[in-house]
Amino acid sequence: MKILLNNRSEDLDAQELNVTELLKLKNFTWKMLVVRVNGKVVRKHEYDSVTISDGDEVTVLHLVTGG
Amino acid sequence: MQICFCGKLSDNERFSIFVTSIWGRLINYLNSKHTAMHWLYETLKTKTVGIAGCGGLGSNCAMALARVGVGRLIIADFDVVSDSNLNRQYFFRDQIGKLKVYALKENLQRVNPEVKVNAFDLRLCSNDIVEIFSDCDVIVEAFDLSKMKQMIIETVLMYMPEKYIVSGVGLAGWGENNMLATRFYDKLIICGDGEIEVSEDLPPIAPRVGIVAHMQANQVLEILLGKMPYKKSQE
Repeated sequence: MKILLNNRSEDLDAQELNVTELLKLKNFTWKMLVVRVNGKVVRKHEYDSVTISDGDEVTVLHLVTGG
Repeated sequence: MQICFCGKLSDNERFSIFVTSIWGRLINYLNSKHTAMHWLYETLKTKTVGIAGCGGLGSNCAMALARVGVGRLIIADFDVVSDSNLNRQYFFRDQIGKLKVYALKENLQRVNPEVKVNAFDLRLCSNDIVEIFSDCDVIVEAFDLSKMKQMIIETVLMYMPEKYIVSGVGLAGWGENNMLATRFYDKLIICGDGEIEVSEDLPPIAPRVGIVAHMQANQVLEILLGKMPYKKSQE
């Protein structure tokens, strides 16, 4: 499937993935994230239940302490 | 130079110079109503910006917005000014021990008495954010802890999707100017290097924190005023 990940086009072998699987596949191991799929926020407890398929737009933001 | 010749001029000529000079001043005055600064001032004074956190990012961002004349700033923080804040935050030594929101309000209004400041002395939670920032044109995320950054970003995206939120992420240490950038995700905009976390080796200190705070303020202006009228030269 082809998705738009953080404004970049990505070709992935899988036909469908949940958020946990995508984060693992892309090696996003950071602790504090904000995830959006097609504009909708996906909170941590929803990572296993929200699936990503062809054409989806995904944003994964990494937040770090400092201010 | 005119004064040197005045002695040799007739009354009529002197009167003519007087009229010209008055007219010149009038034209200047009328023109001043159409200058960029006048337009900036008139536009910004009608705007409201919310600032969540009054530390290194929030205090410096708020000061920049007050200086350019944003009409109302809604600021929130629970902390008090301490000695260790003075390496980067817009407070003074004689304000140590004061609540940051009130110390900052005082400093902002010393610079620009026209700016209205609504100060909230509280540790913001999701409900507060929706309530106190509901009137804002833009919200600035200026927290310290990443879990608080996550909380406000998720809150605004979920419950206030019409609002712009400008967040500061990645400002620790020094140097590396060119790592600092602005990233756009619809109405969520992130300023900073996006990766360098504060640690014992990489503390938050004035220059880099100040740059990111001013990048946030600059981004807020672009949201409030639109892109500036400048055509980039061809590279």
